[in-house]
Amino acid sequence: MSPAAAPKTRESLLSRSAAMLVMGVCTIYFLVPVWWLFVGSSKSRGQFIDTDPLWFAEFRLFDNIGDLLAYRDGVFLVWLANSLAYTGGAALLGTLFAAMCGYALAKFRFPGREILFNVVLSGVLVPATALALPLFLLFSNFAATNTFWSVFLPSLVNPFGVYLARIYAAASVDDELLEAARLDGAGEVRTFFAISARLMFPALVTIFLFHFVAVWNNFLLPLVMLSDERLFPVTLGLYSWNTQVNQLPELRGLVIVGSLLSIAPLVVAFLSLQRFWRSGLGAGAMK
Amino acid sequence: MRATLRAVSALLISSLALTACSSGDDGQPAASACAPSAGGPVNLTYTSWIPGIEEVVKVWNAKNPNIQVKVQTGPNGNGGTYQNFFNQLKAGNAPDLGHIEYDALPSFRVQDGLFDLGKCDIVAKAKDKFVPWTWNQVSLGDQNAAYGVPQDAGPMAMFYRVDLFQQHGIEIPKTWAEYAAAAEKVRAAGGYITNFSQSDINQFAGLAWQAGGRWFANDGKEWTVNLTDDKTKKVAGYWQDLINRKLVSTVPPWTTEWDNAYNSSQAWTWISAVWGANSIATGAPKTSGQWRVAPMPQWSAGESVAGNWGGSSTAVFKSSKHPYEAAQFALWLNTSDEALSLLNEKANLYPATVAGAGLPALAKGVAFYGDQKIYEVFAQASKQVTPDFTWGPTMTATYANASDGFKKAVSGQGTLVDALTAAQSSTIQTLKSQAIPVKG
Repeated sequence: MSPAAAPKTRESLLSRSAAMLVMGVCTIYFLVPVWWLFVGSSKSRGQFIDTDPLWFAEFRLFDNIGDLLAYRDGVFLVWLANSLAYTGGAALLGTLFAAMCGYALAKFRFPGREILFNVVLSGVLVPATALALPLFLLFSNFAATNTFWSVFLPSLVNPFGVYLARIYAAASVDDELLEAARLDGAGEVRTFFAISARLMFPALVTIFLFHFVAVWNNFLLPLVMLSDERLFPVTLGLYSWNTQVNQLPELRGLVIVGSLLSIAPLVVAFLSLQRFWRSGLGAGAMK
Repeated sequence: MRATLRAVSALLISSLALTACSSGDDGQPAASACAPSAGGPVNLTYTSWIPGIEEVVKVWNAKNPNIQVKVQTGPNGNGGTYQNFFNQLKAGNAPDLGHIEYDALPSFRVQDGLFDLGKCDIVAKAKDKFVPWTWNQVSLGDQNAAYGVPQDAGPMAMFYRVDLFQQHGIEIPKTWAEYAAAAEKVRAAGGYITNFSQSDINQFAGLAWQAGGRWFANDGKEWTVNLTDDKTKKVAGYWQDLINRKLVSTVPPWTTEWDNAYNSSQAWTWISAVWGANSIATGAPKTSGQWRVAPMPQWSAGESVAGNWGGSSTAVFKSSKHPYEAAQFALWLNTSDEALSLLNEKANLYPATVAGAGLPALAKGVAFYGDQKIYEVFAQASKQVTPDFTWGPTMTATYANASDGFKKAVSGQGTLVDALTAAQSSTIQTLKSQAIPVKG
């Protein structure tokens, strides 16, 4: 290292530690609620009220989980399974549709392509909240409210995913590669699955995660559609319990343990897919 | 939670805008008279968020193979289920029966969503089984009508810490003047006499109800809104004074902080409804055995008037094809000893019937209250609730407005009366915006 570079290093050390400080503060800020939730989940009801909210008292997490799973014939497990079915299923299929759609928009020329794309893009601006009621009235016409499909089918749609897929497809799938595949006699469907989808894979993970979170958080649609407790996703189920806390204070403990368990799938999804997620975001940024 | 409420109220607005394009006239027409359905077993749907309601309904289903009831559930009324009812009424797929609190019944009535059970001879005949004021809560001003069957009531009384009062030689207050005087002594002893509920307006409504405040009236044509009548102002002024002198704490109700104030002996009394007995017992386990229940403090010595906080009804929606069978079920649910006992056991519901006060479960001493037979106090209170309090048709909005103002008043901006004045004018605005005729 040459002497001339020394002041530069110091500067970067300063800015680096400033960056670390900001990140450290953010990390604490984001993690404290999760920590609170974890600590709260490990306490009995009495201790939850009168011990330090950020530190452990008697550790009863597993008893609490046992109580939760036993409550009302294990309805919580049914909710968790429902959430995974709604969210996982919709995110998988939705990602596939978004990928195909975005790919087609990026790689095929056809009349009306830009109009179609713009219409899809404008769909990004319509919040899911605003669609819940029209969807309810629509499904009512087919007497299909209060069914699995009334939440699952609307969740398949993901305009933002189409937008991302189009950008990623344009960035990562080379036209020459497609031509080579066509020359070798591969059909369009086969080309898509064998070549393009693989090239787009990191991007697809990003879309999957976005979609997963969007469906997981779409609270209003199940609230409006469902009245059979056995069809509830975990968010709606916990919310229902929470609104009954005034009447049945015992529920508060269950809501807290339930919230802790319900974030587990999200944490698992993010940690295990993090590697792809980063490279996917990067590919988008390059274009 | 807050965001969800916003989203729900946004939905309310958008659903009003969408009324024009809804449909739902398919299938057979709903019944207009209350007559038994011809032939075959009847299937009913019933939406309720009462904890444990399935088990109560199971008892009915086992006994009535020809009238089978299916329970549906969801969050509590203001948490989304009422809005769902409105949506379902519009789409034509509302359940036959729904759980509706007294303060929400008028909003369903003005939207013409309820079947008038007064047309059912079995319901009309059962009228005398109910405590009169609860019947007024469902007849909504027309003595021959019944837009629901009263289910439970929330007569109010005073929970207090007998040990602390004795230890410091403070008399148990019988009037509000004594209560304010006791508040000073309690503060001097390091506690707070109670917590003023800054965000749950229902408690304040119960206090105003006791004092004779009448917030709404409906003469059959028009609504009158009167959140700032003299009696209500008197109550608001009373609590404002306690807040100004810092004699009451003001932690938000139903939080862990709030539980903790009771559990750690900081708050010494709670003016609450009968169901509050369970709230304290679960929220303040360390104080077991030290609580007692006395009648609410009175505005004039020697009076015995109580307020009411909460209570609900079982209503039949207008779209129901089997109102007669629905009425049969609703009557069983809310008058039979077996159902009332179960509802009390599962969800701490206090019956709205006269005979309900005599349930075996309500005659026992309660260990948390030093084996006091606390339900005797509430049975008295239930008889002392003044009968003519009417709720308005837009209570959700009124509560939200008043609660915003109360929170400000508690933090020192404005007063409770200011908050009520603001809620008064915004309630009139809300009524007008929904094309509900209103004076002023």
